[in-house]
Amino acid sequence: MVDQSAVGRNFTPVVARVEPGRLRYFLNTLGERNPVYRDEAAAHAAGYSAIPVPPTYLFCLELMDNERPFEFLTDLNIDLARVLHGEQRFTYHAPVVVGDTLTFKSCVTDVADKKGGAMTMVVVETEVTNQHGVRVADTARTIVVRNQGAS
Amino acid sequence: MSETATNAPDVGERIVHKTFPPISRHTLALYCGASGDHNPIHVDIDFAKAAGFPDVFSHGMLVMAYLGQALTDAVAPDRIRSFSTRFAAITQLGARLTCEGRVTELFEDKGEKRARLALTTKDDSGEIKLAGEAIIAL
Repeated sequence: MVDQSAVGRNFTPVVARVEPGRLRYFLNTLGERNPVYRDEAAAHAAGYSAIPVPPTYLFCLELMDNERPFEFLTDLNIDLARVLHGEQRFTYHAPVVVGDTLTFKSCVTDVADKKGGAMTMVVVETEVTNQHGVRVADTARTIVVRNQGAS
Repeated sequence: MSETATNAPDVGERIVHKTFPPISRHTLALYCGASGDHNPIHVDIDFAKAAGFPDVFSHGMLVMAYLGQALTDAVAPDRIRSFSTRFAAITQLGARLTCEGRVTELFEDKGEKRARLALTTKDDSGEIKLAGEAIIAL
């Protein structure tokens, strides 16, 4: 079971490239037709240097280009079948567009037991920077672990 | 892209509203590949049952992606300063989602006029799946 000793733990940084084909697959899956994400001219007209990514796509990029997408679960000895996504937060500082190369640096910032130990909430915060060293976003996810045999 | 710069919304105004087609097994399989989230609990019924669930269920981030789509239909992406949600309930197969956002506060931060939006995603029975918030620049 994950405990307080996990707080402060860092994970291997993930470097992810924003590729147009993968982005298009994501847009098609969601039925996203907004021209700003699909048409370079519309993106330029909206003031972007290239096609921007949708608001939740940072989460996907970090997973897709990760050699070990569930690294933090295995390192913290958390069973994948027992996790649920509790909360997700994105704070945006600068645009992310097709062609960017992003670096994701993640750290465990909080571990808290809930409901008499039946659940543990684990918060992982991530700093995202682009190829120019610009901090483009901060993200935070809260993972809920359903503990086995807890009261 | 957005006209909100000149026409600031009023507190209470609903500026985000979009409905989506039912979530199918096919959507979940596609989203698995599209998102890089390969947790089998969303596509493999045997795995889901072994984990104590009656069937596979949606990725929370798929539901948040729909909410994000509804949001950027109303607000240009570069006006969104933050976007957060709490995953209040599991979204089952077949759910028809409705995403809404209302203005709850107008304020100024770092010299920028901003609005706080309360966001929800509900299924067709009205159950709240996601409850969230966005801060947008006006």
